Amino acid sequence: MGKILEINGPLVKLQLADAVLGEQVRVGKIGLVGEVIGRDGDTALAQLYEDTAGLRPGEVAEGLGWPLSVELGPGLLNAIFDGVQRPLNAVWEQSGDRIARGVAVPSLPRDQRWHFVPDPQRRATTAVAGGDVLGTVQETESIQHRILVPPLLHGELMELAPEGDYTIEEVIGRVKLRGDVNEGRIEKLHLFHRWPVRTPRPFRRRDHAVKPLLTGQRILDTFYPLLKGGKAAIPGPFGAGKTMLQQQIARWCNAEIVIYVGCGERGNELTDVLEFMPELKDPHTGRPLMERTLLVANTSNMPVVAREASIYVGVTLAEYFRDQGYDVVMVADSTSRWAEALREVAGRLGQMPVEEGYPAYLGSRLAAFYERAGRVETLSGDHGSVTLIGAVSPPGGDFSEPVTSHTKEIIQTFWGLSKELADARHYPAVDWLESFSGYVPSAAKWWAENVDAGWEAARGEALDLLAASEELQRIVNLVGVEALSSEQRWTLEAAGLIKEGLLQQSATDEIDSFSSPEKQFALLSALLEIYRQGMKLVKLGAPARRLIQMPLLAQARRWKSQHKSEEIAVLKEKIARIPAEFEQIAQDYEQAAPAARE
Amino acid sequence: MKNIEFRTATSAQGGLIVMGGVPGVSAGSRVSLKDHAGNLRNGLVIRSADDAVLVEVFEGTDDLDLERTWVRFLDEPFKLPVSRDILGRVFNGAGLPRDGRPPIISADRRDVNGEPLNPAARAYPREFIQTGISAIDGMNSLTRGQKLPIFSGGGLPHNRVAAQIVRQAKLLGEESSEFVVVFAAFGASHADARFFQESFEESGVLNKVVMFLNLADEPVIERLLTPRAALTAAEYLAYDLDYHVLVVMTDMTAYAEALREVAVLRGDVPARKGYPGYLYSDLAEIYERAGRIKNRRGSITMIPVLSMPSDDITHPIPDLTGYITEGQIVLGRELSNQGVYPPVTVLPSLSRLMKDGIGKNFTREDHPHVASQLFASYAKALEIRGLAAIIGAEELSDADRRYLEFAENFERRFIGQGEDEDRSVYETLNLAWDLLSMLPPEALIRVSEEELAKYHKWQAVAEAA
Repeated sequence: MGKILEINGPLVKLQLADAVLGEQVRVGKIGLVGEVIGRDGDTALAQLYEDTAGLRPGEVAEGLGWPLSVELGPGLLNAIFDGVQRPLNAVWEQSGDRIARGVAVPSLPRDQRWHFVPDPQRRATTAVAGGDVLGTVQETESIQHRILVPPLLHGELMELAPEGDYTIEEVIGRVKLRGDVNEGRIEKLHLFHRWPVRTPRPFRRRDHAVKPLLTGQRILDTFYPLLKGGKAAIPGPFGAGKTMLQQQIARWCNAEIVIYVGCGERGNELTDVLEFMPELKDPHTGRPLMERTLLVANTSNMPVVAREASIYVGVTLAEYFRDQGYDVVMVADSTSRWAEALREVAGRLGQMPVEEGYPAYLGSRLAAFYERAGRVETLSGDHGSVTLIGAVSPPGGDFSEPVTSHTKEIIQTFWGLSKELADARHYPAVDWLESFSGYVPSAAKWWAENVDAGWEAARGEALDLLAASEELQRIVNLVGVEALSSEQRWTLEAAGLIKEGLLQQSATDEIDSFSSPEKQFALLSALLEIYRQGMKLVKLGAPARRLIQMPLLAQARRWKSQHKSEEIAVLKEKIARIPAEFEQIAQDYEQAAPAARE
Repeated sequence: MKNIEFRTATSAQGGLIVMGGVPGVSAGSRVSLKDHAGNLRNGLVIRSADDAVLVEVFEGTDDLDLERTWVRFLDEPFKLPVSRDILGRVFNGAGLPRDGRPPIISADRRDVNGEPLNPAARAYPREFIQTGISAIDGMNSLTRGQKLPIFSGGGLPHNRVAAQIVRQAKLLGEESSEFVVVFAAFGASHADARFFQESFEESGVLNKVVMFLNLADEPVIERLLTPRAALTAAEYLAYDLDYHVLVVMTDMTAYAEALREVAVLRGDVPARKGYPGYLYSDLAEIYERAGRIKNRRGSITMIPVLSMPSDDITHPIPDLTGYITEGQIVLGRELSNQGVYPPVTVLPSLSRLMKDGIGKNFTREDHPHVASQLFASYAKALEIRGLAAIIGAEELSDADRRYLEFAENFERRFIGQGEDEDRSVYETLNLAWDLLSMLPPEALIRVSEEELAKYHKWQAVAEAA
């Protein structure tokens, strides 16, 4: 037993001689929990996950003997946890509308029974190792929870429970351990196990990421693809639509499990997710979206230290489902708030600030976090992936600030949001010039095999067109549109068509909200076809002014919200009719051209 | 411990004193301090160890004689007594009466810091509030339980806009406002405070208003307490007495500056522009107290007013605020100089909760599309205006000139309105269609074809021209 020596905001100096760095401590009469972050002789420095008001020097403090860990087992899905994995619904029942300090509720329900079906392969006295699947629990209709041997155990399975209903605390098996230290010790197995959040869960080896994470968002899938097992960042100033875009991803992406970490964000946003997710259907299974979703919520008004922990809690949960062989997406909103929590604690520790008050280890912490993404061969030989998508909230929208610039060096897909686009209500406000993706070659292979061999070329053509129009726009801003040649005007018009008819996508429009890869490609080819046909005419001498008045252009802008992803056939018919629309004008010019020459 | 007076102050500097040899003082405890003249001051323990306790003195440490300063540790956080009688009263930043009437006596005393609301207990705000201001109702609508700040600058009419919202805010279909108002001013001038007081008086709502005033010439540290005291009162009114509460706070910049002042004294490591790294968390503690709670009738809708230092929206205070609040109403100098009231710069303005509170079943089915179209068309018009400034309006095409005219009318007729003009949301939407009818239907792709057929009057306008 130790005692409190000093209280300074969330930091508490303790007299606790045998404290280990990273160890959990319980402090004071009301039992606030925290984590040891420093030792000096027999004093320890701890950061507490809750507000320290009311604590006084001299009150008790004790080390708990384990680092910050999460409980992994049935009961995770469909839940909402705070930054240290307390189930918020259970907390609500226990302590009311407000989160009382020191409230202790187990992460997973203790009284619920789960129907466990053992794997027939697993018999007594066969060898088992960490990560092996012992059996399954059908946790929700769409997700089967595979019960794993805790990663670091290996030995001989002495017994395994028969099929039946068990709570997570009931023993479902025994293992006689092998290994130097623990040789012969008997370890009990349960439906759940614990894992320390700051240690990445082990796997056999890293695999190449090969499949794109399809989000149904055209600017993302078609232009700046992300792979399952990849890492992406969404930086953007406030009001640029970060949250909306992330919610769209959480809603539509083709991952099997989605973990949404609200780190230091708005309370109402989480409420929004909580209220609208259960109503939505998973487009891939037809089941309620909540069945594959797990929320970790540490809103901005909740204590700052738990905010720092929430990111690690989220990613550990993601790794756990990856180890069961699932493709998992974790969306972290926002990593800037996590970095700020780091800065806040560093500041109180008196650590030397480097850039904008951030501690020197910001970059390495960020990199280590994103490295927990990846597609892996699991310990049991299965394949699973963790895709990390981190939102970044750069102060003033300045992408050169430390968190954004460090993140940019680490991630492979960068979806930069622009204030100008958002101001014009062009959503998603992903800036097509600022964004990039390092996964295009891998994605191209998938698109070629599954959608159309022309994907990469079409994508390139559209991007060139957008870049060219940006140049032209600069000229227009100086001297006006009349100074452009007909070809240039048509280029500008066609780029506008791509921006409005393809890149812009309404999250609230029922049809437009999601685009299948086929629809994305059909729209892209249609708009490029219009561009090419028009360009052919312009080269024949038709003035762009005439083409711009074609009703086809206004119609094509509406196609995205007129045809569902299932109605590709209709869209393809329209594409087939495009040349005919231009034919009329072409005839005029072919007749007029010789006359004009005379 | 409450009754023991310690005279062990060892040092004092700009608002902070260090007390030696007072063991076991609880963190965050309230402190009562008696100076040599017998005057009482308030304080708060911000750091506690057995050998030294750091105390923040709200009224400042000016004039303190350490040898003749007596300090009592009250062993409890700052609490505000609440009862039904707070309606119609005026308090100072620490919750003591400043209207010459007796203090509130109540056994119910609430910790002004509150406790974080469980996100699982929140109810999502969906009820559209009609403010009667087109730029807000039409394009950045407010919902009950939302926090929507006004970003402004020195000399802009943010106070008048805030007062107009308070006067006119009501739910659709209601005859008059059923809101009670909690008004908090920190660092505001006496003139500002008087303006609001008179405005409440004129509209006869004074008995439905609670005021917390910490004016520009009053103790700076007390400013840190003022919004917290005000929100404690608001929470009591909303969740205990079932009122819908409108909280107006001015000026958040003064609050943040007070926070910086104290942080510097404490020796906290500065982050941006000298503001402490915890400015975000601290502001969030205040803003996040707006909202609605499941199974409770009342609600807290928050309209903080914030002046952007040198009109810079990327300054840490508006920047961090924008990341916490559910949008912002931005007032612009340019419009104001052209005599447009309210000078709402619509493009950087935003309401995040708008999508869920408007449209079919809420306002009118075309509302979301109309709002989106107004934004798009006005953005395009401004681009053309920028171009016209360079190459001259006569060089523009007819289509472009139409946009110029649209922008002109939009600013004068849609954004601009009288200070007493209370437009219903239907009037606002009809007005929007009048303006959109100045543009040809094929330029309006954010609205549906059915809506165009129903509301767009291009033909009529073209014929009239």
